[in-house]
Amino acid sequence: MTRDTDAPPPRFPGYDVLAKWDSPSFDDTTRGVLAARLDAVPPRRWLTEAEWALLDAINARLLPQPERAHPIPITPWIDAMLHDDRGEGFRHPDMPPLRAAWRQGLAAVDDEAHRLHDLPFVRLGADAQDAVLQAIADGRAVSPRWQGLEVKRFFIHHLLKTAAGIYYAHPLAWNEIGFGGPASPRGYVRLGFDSRDPWEATEAP
Amino acid sequence: MSGRHAPRTGAGRAPDVFERGGWVTMCEYDDDEAVDFAIVGAGAGGATLACKLAEAGFSVVVLEAGPFWRPLEDFASDEEAQQQLYWLDERISGGADALALGGNNSGWGVGGSTVHFSMISLRFRPEWFQARSRLGYGVDWPITYAELAPYYEEAERALAVSGPVRYPWGPPRGRYPYREHEMNAAGLVLARGAEKMGIPWAAVPLATVSAPRGKSPPCVYRGFCNFGCATNAKQSALIVWIPRALAAGAEVRDLAMAGRIELGADGRATGVHYRRNDQWRFQRARNVVVSGYAIETPRLLLNSACDRFPHGLANSSGLVGTHLTTHAGPGMWAGFDEDIRWYKGPPNMAVCEHWNYTDDGKDFHGGYAFMSQGPLPRAWAQLLVTERHRWGMALRREMTDYNHMAGFVAVAETEPRPSNRVELSDVRDRHGLPVAHVTFAYSDNDRRLQDHARRFMGEMLEAAGGATPWTSDDTSHILGTCRMGTDRETSVVDADGRSWDVENLWICDGSLFPTAGGVNPSLTIQALACRMGARIRALAARGEL
Repeated sequence: MTRDTDAPPPRFPGYDVLAKWDSPSFDDTTRGVLAARLDAVPPRRWLTEAEWALLDAINARLLPQPERAHPIPITPWIDAMLHDDRGEGFRHPDMPPLRAAWRQGLAAVDDEAHRLHDLPFVRLGADAQDAVLQAIADGRAVSPRWQGLEVKRFFIHHLLKTAAGIYYAHPLAWNEIGFGGPASPRGYVRLGFDSRDPWEATEAP
Repeated sequence: MSGRHAPRTGAGRAPDVFERGGWVTMCEYDDDEAVDFAIVGAGAGGATLACKLAEAGFSVVVLEAGPFWRPLEDFASDEEAQQQLYWLDERISGGADALALGGNNSGWGVGGSTVHFSMISLRFRPEWFQARSRLGYGVDWPITYAELAPYYEEAERALAVSGPVRYPWGPPRGRYPYREHEMNAAGLVLARGAEKMGIPWAAVPLATVSAPRGKSPPCVYRGFCNFGCATNAKQSALIVWIPRALAAGAEVRDLAMAGRIELGADGRATGVHYRRNDQWRFQRARNVVVSGYAIETPRLLLNSACDRFPHGLANSSGLVGTHLTTHAGPGMWAGFDEDIRWYKGPPNMAVCEHWNYTDDGKDFHGGYAFMSQGPLPRAWAQLLVTERHRWGMALRREMTDYNHMAGFVAVAETEPRPSNRVELSDVRDRHGLPVAHVTFAYSDNDRRLQDHARRFMGEMLEAAGGATPWTSDDTSHILGTCRMGTDRETSVVDADGRSWDVENLWICDGSLFPTAGGVNPSLTIQALACRMGARIRALAARGEL
């Protein structure tokens, strides 16, 4: 019986996209990019220590990884994005600039936790943290700290979309979903229904 | 040295896109030398026109805001790293249906968005050029399909489009230069559904080669097409038009941001102010062409306001920036028992244009095509987040169905309306220039059209065996903000892309489109550029430039 809080059972057991590192599916440019992602996880530079801890706690609920001793890092890459002030190329007129939106939004999440549970977000249990985040996701937030920040948009387009983008850019996530991963220069040969090249993941029966 | 941070062209050379570390010879012009044409932007419009004008013997300088990519070295097989291909400088986007900018509908670098486009190379339906008089909606173009058809053929040959022997829609046509690609499972889902419903479908004519061509190897179906082709199978403007333009004597300046077009006392443009290597410079030119796509082109004109044109250069009509259209992209998605593995091959391999060519049974004006899909994991996860609001373990569980998903997304026409527009914001970019403020909302017709597309695509997915289809929203392509026309009161430029107000100022990109049509615009932009090249040559021969 799978509980809601359990990691999904391995659907592609034994598949490791990085086993193709020295194969014709990887080129030097891609190896360089992935080596940086795996080995050069950036240090904290922009968030305060408290903000980092709060964001890390939020990310642990947005993409829980209870089965991993070394979870896919998410918070460091958001800090790097904020340090570089690197946005998506647009913002809604009702949203502050990137850095200001994140700083205000994180403070508002924490205030929401205080209002609902009388504790900072990081000290709540997982269920209580999820309840805080669900209230925000549903637009049921009550903190005045959201003033000037659209609550749902901050949750979906800042917190969640960013975290999901980072998680699913990691090879461990590719293993989890059976994605072929980097594919240059070899590419693929078998394209049709139920067709698998030998260098693709095998799904558990 | 990374091309993202320092210009690569100069000292008489430009990168050879076909060779690691290689260079090709490049002509160079002094800023003070009035070139025949200064072209702003090196995408589908600017690169194509640069090639045609240089090959016709004109002196040409192309100013491109982004880098000169080396595909064999710069393009990783990686979604995250390849976000570098987008225009990520800030823009403000609002309105009731605010557009997501900076992604698929933008480009940054020589080749523009053709570097990451899906390679879909479809012609417009002939009647769309006279949408108002023949179909009763929108507005007529100032040219006919018959006038553009030879240039469609030229563009298809230049891109060596790989397409089916028989394309089921549109007027009879010759064969595509290259044979169609083998269909992937994601495309076979569309084929199966269409056949069950008795509706035609086709392999998408794609600008990636199915057999070797010059220095391009055949496509290996690596599936990262929307993140830059690392093998040069994709026939982007970067590897098709730019090498030809350079060989014919054009100069391309990368990381050169145009800020303002200067108008002389005689009412003619005298050149372009641009910033490169942190220095503002001025390129003199006898003609200026703006090819920055439908946001940056009106932005540059608006930022070039002067005494004679206080509301923006070439804007006596007040239409610069208005009538912005996009392609709505309603999607339908479903799970299948079979392995689909939609990450393999070009992302959109099968197409249905039924509702572009069928006028009966519609409760809306306009048309739409839809294609099979192949989102990579980062994009797919972000779609589950923004469209289904999945998070936590529910997101991780749903993502494990990735290899069994298939779906269709429409390229759906929206109406040109004056209230959908580009204006200037108070916010300034890193060059000190006011950024674009984009406002967009769907009309009732736009919504009915999308509802129709959702119903039809959902039926087809179910006919193909998909379980419980669900829907998503998106947009692609931005068009129409400097529309071409037959009348200076109702358009910004004439049928040749020439400004009504400033006779040596031209526009060549998707901004020209009076209506959006229901297909991807890149082939039409390139055909228009080929036609403009021929028209400018003819005008010059008559002394009418």
